[in-house]
Amino acid sequence: MSTPLEPLIHELSVPGRQGTPVPELDVPKAALPEGLVRDALPLPEVSEIDVVRHFLRLSQLNYAIDQGIYPLGSCTMKYNPKINEQTARLPGFVGAHPHQPVGTVQGALRLMYDLQTYLAEISGFAAVTVQPAAGAQGELVGVLMMRKYLLDRGETQRDTILVPDSAHGTNPASTSMTGLRVVQLPSDERGNTDLDALRSEVCERIIGIMITNPNTLGLFEEHIEEISEIVHGCGGLVYGDGANLNALVGVMHPADVGIDVMHFNLHKTFSTPHGGGGPGAGPVGVAEHLVDYLPDPVVRMTPGADGAPATYGFHHPPHSIGRVRSFWGHFGMLVRAYTYIRMHGAAGLRDVAEHAVLNANYLRSRVKEAYHVPFERICKHEFVAEGSFEGVEDVGAMEICKRLIDHGVHPPTMYFPLIVHDALMIEPTETESLRSLDHYADILLEIAEEAERDPDLLRQAPHNAPVRRLDEVGAARNPILRYEPEAEED
Amino acid sequence: MVYTPHTAAERQEMLARIGVEALEDLFADVPQRYRYPDLNLPPPASEMEILGELQELAQANLNANSVPTFLGAGAYRHWVPAVVDYVISRGEFATAYTPYQAEVSQGTLQAIFEYQSLICDLTGMPVANASHYDGATATAEAVIQAYNVFRRKRRKVLIAPTVHPHYREVVRAYTQGMELTITGDESLSTTPADLAAQVGDKTACVIVQSPNFLGQLEALDDLADAIHAQDPDTLLAVATNPISLGLLKPPGAYDADIVMGEGQPLGLGLNYGGPYLGFYATRTDYLRQLAGRLVGQTADAEGRRGYVTTLTTREQHIRRERATSNICTNQGLMALAATAYLATLGKQGLQQIAALNYHKAHYAAQAIDALEGFSVSDERPFFNEFVVACPAPVAEINQALLDGVYSDTPILGGYDLAQDYPDLADQMLVAVTEMNSRAEIDAFAAALAAFERDQRSRR
Amino acid sequence: MKFDSDVRYLETHEWARKQDDEIVVGISDYAQDTLSDVVYVELPEEGETVSKGDPLCVVESVKAAGDVYAPVSGKVVAVNIELEEAPEMVNQDPFGEGWLVRIAPADPDEWGDLLDIEAYKQLVEEESGS
Repeated sequence: MSTPLEPLIHELSVPGRQGTPVPELDVPKAALPEGLVRDALPLPEVSEIDVVRHFLRLSQLNYAIDQGIYPLGSCTMKYNPKINEQTARLPGFVGAHPHQPVGTVQGALRLMYDLQTYLAEISGFAAVTVQPAAGAQGELVGVLMMRKYLLDRGETQRDTILVPDSAHGTNPASTSMTGLRVVQLPSDERGNTDLDALRSEVCERIIGIMITNPNTLGLFEEHIEEISEIVHGCGGLVYGDGANLNALVGVMHPADVGIDVMHFNLHKTFSTPHGGGGPGAGPVGVAEHLVDYLPDPVVRMTPGADGAPATYGFHHPPHSIGRVRSFWGHFGMLVRAYTYIRMHGAAGLRDVAEHAVLNANYLRSRVKEAYHVPFERICKHEFVAEGSFEGVEDVGAMEICKRLIDHGVHPPTMYFPLIVHDALMIEPTETESLRSLDHYADILLEIAEEAERDPDLLRQAPHNAPVRRLDEVGAARNPILRYEPEAEED
Repeated sequence: MVYTPHTAAERQEMLARIGVEALEDLFADVPQRYRYPDLNLPPPASEMEILGELQELAQANLNANSVPTFLGAGAYRHWVPAVVDYVISRGEFATAYTPYQAEVSQGTLQAIFEYQSLICDLTGMPVANASHYDGATATAEAVIQAYNVFRRKRRKVLIAPTVHPHYREVVRAYTQGMELTITGDESLSTTPADLAAQVGDKTACVIVQSPNFLGQLEALDDLADAIHAQDPDTLLAVATNPISLGLLKPPGAYDADIVMGEGQPLGLGLNYGGPYLGFYATRTDYLRQLAGRLVGQTADAEGRRGYVTTLTTREQHIRRERATSNICTNQGLMALAATAYLATLGKQGLQQIAALNYHKAHYAAQAIDALEGFSVSDERPFFNEFVVACPAPVAEINQALLDGVYSDTPILGGYDLAQDYPDLADQMLVAVTEMNSRAEIDAFAAALAAFERDQRSRR
Repeated sequence: MKFDSDVRYLETHEWARKQDDEIVVGISDYAQDTLSDVVYVELPEEGETVSKGDPLCVVESVKAAGDVYAPVSGKVVAVNIELEEAPEMVNQDPFGEGWLVRIAPADPDEWGDLLDIEAYKQLVEEESGS
């Protein structure tokens, strides 16, 4: 096979080419600023067809939801409806400048307001901001609000956030970005947060807890109400990581069990495309006492007097933690999520959660024929299996994942959560059919057989991917992070 | 129902296999009193209904692409080549996730590697990450990088008053728990040179923007030297407009340590403020303090070139509370759009676009400066945006322009600087890009002139 | 698995060796093996004071970042700069060329708290489940 798979765009460059014509200057030239003009602009020079073919060929090296099942745990890789792309590209949305006078963007503001309202209704919170750019930023917003709320009450001794050991890495990372201390809590034998450990850690230093429900084992926190009570009892607040909301949307209001603040991942629960790693969107919902701490600004509706239509504008929460990004939010993502919610209605959203959980439990029931699945419980939208086989050395989660690639499907999340050895975290989502789930289960069972029969098949996998296993150690020890023409001569 | 493919028979088969009778049994651990709350949402809509509903909302907005527009202030109306949307619409890119499995993500990984390379080319820096959410968060990450470079021992950050107000707000919001002193932007008269004079051995970094929020090109020439004369280690972070780099010397040429900014001009629509793109580049020395994803080149088991995410131990999924940032992904699809944009325009195209911006803006500035009652500051050179002193409050002028009182079509006027700077009452920030034809600029100037005449006659 | 009998150990898999008036610190063979290929070592600054049990430096593979804790309190008097260019020395020679830090100890009594080779061997056996 030839090397490389596809040249870099820089390697396709031919001096003098240009991908698209630029109009002629229709005004007189001005003098250029002295000493400020750059000498060389080392960008590639390619034609439009080069660009199209290059990126089309690159796209073909990817695996995507549009090709098949993509059961990355905690990522909720559900089908991304095509109507969302159409609505998000309506000219009146794409062409709206963020600084336009509010009177000229009433449609955009109304959409944001309605989405805030829908998300509040879905979650049971008093108010929602759609400003945060991603789930991780939503977490940062949440922790900053909790911190400021308690500081404003004079509780300056509070400096600690409790995080269960099954939590996403963003939870402790977001906490430490706010200058706070992280204390990790263990899980108990049923996969719940250990209540005794929680009781022994709560004290007057606690700002709160960050809890993911269902947790990253795909299990509903059976003591979620007690957890809230214990944390509230010591004057702390409860942060809900909404990454796994797909399991509960339409089934339960997270706010009902004592959560004070929670982020939503629009790219998970509400079907906006993952885009190869962003853009996401991470709206945050809050209970009444935190409403005035929301990031600045939020969208507010003013009812029209005497039958006049309502108007929409910005409101600046009085104790706001401030602004966490430019402008108002990932508006394009908000349009997609709005479309999704409106297409579903209340019953449709409940249907989403029910089938997400149905699919996960069905797949779990099939996978456990050949894999150890700890915690014998009904799971929610995902489950965690152990990616190892007794008596087979040097075959772990990684080897199974690489072999799944050979079989033409996407692997699950591997090595996470950290509390399960060689974890394979599997989240099929509701949009996979029974046939698709059976296909995936059949492959996993076949791989288990392969591991017994010919473990090297797994150890050296993938065999049929565009590339074989890549040298990550070399990449880290000697980082090459950009195209450098000199390096090519070696 | 909408996108769940199950038939009733399949559902029964699956429930039987699991060993429960009904879907509700799968939620037995959800406390019963909370199960299935009534959600007050509008009834579900079909595709044609939702499209109709959203068309109505979209049409309730003024589309800045449909009228002469002179509004910028951090988001700019530029031409987006048709290829860009084609590329980012490919399902293989749009519906993939973070390239956790490198062997089936070479498309995304190579595109990010190309993006990093192009950002380095553009900024004159050796290392670029895979992107941040936007220019504001990239600026906040620059502060955090500097803080980490000095092992959290230096707590003073100097920021110019002419850095985009949103960026300054975001820097403060992000760092509110870090006990930093962020200062320098109290008075609009503070120049970058003044900031340099305030640098001491506890200063982590100095942040300036050029072209700055007012469109002016800052004097970057001796800035790094002036800073380092005060303290040899303090970092210089420069926010910039990537289109300006088609014409102007990049911050890398002025010895900047970090170069970041808003990537929206690189092929992203206005989209009412997002999603945009934060580009970010730095020196190799600071690789370990750099936040965000990085893609590196390597080889596979057969020696074939390939790409992987690398140096991931800096990131939250490994380092948890000691990660360089909580950022989880990059701004994937937007970085891809910028890559396709820079590839399509290429060297000559970007030079031409930058030149169009520069010359048209200067033509407009000259035309407006010649008007009675209006004047354009010539204090500093500018790129495609400039400040106009007006004879009336900007909001009043903009309303008249929008109402089409003095022109054939409504005109979307410039940004009212009084919103952010009380000292700049009656000052309008005017942006001119390649999208503004000479006729549009002439009509804008004529409308301003007519407004002023009208105002004078009313007096 | 190699064990060095001239050094003492920590439960977190660091070793400490008395050399003149200083304590040399590294990670054990078991630790480097568990971590796999070391790609980077984040070293402290010379002159930094540390307390026993404080995170001293970080040893990174492509998949993990392992904290190295100070076996004794004192002042960091030297760091192994060679590791910047050749982090693989931690894998190749964990008790020798792959040393990390030298500390001037503040409290000589702390030495006595460290594990001897037999205690450490037992610990490793328990952890590796063999």
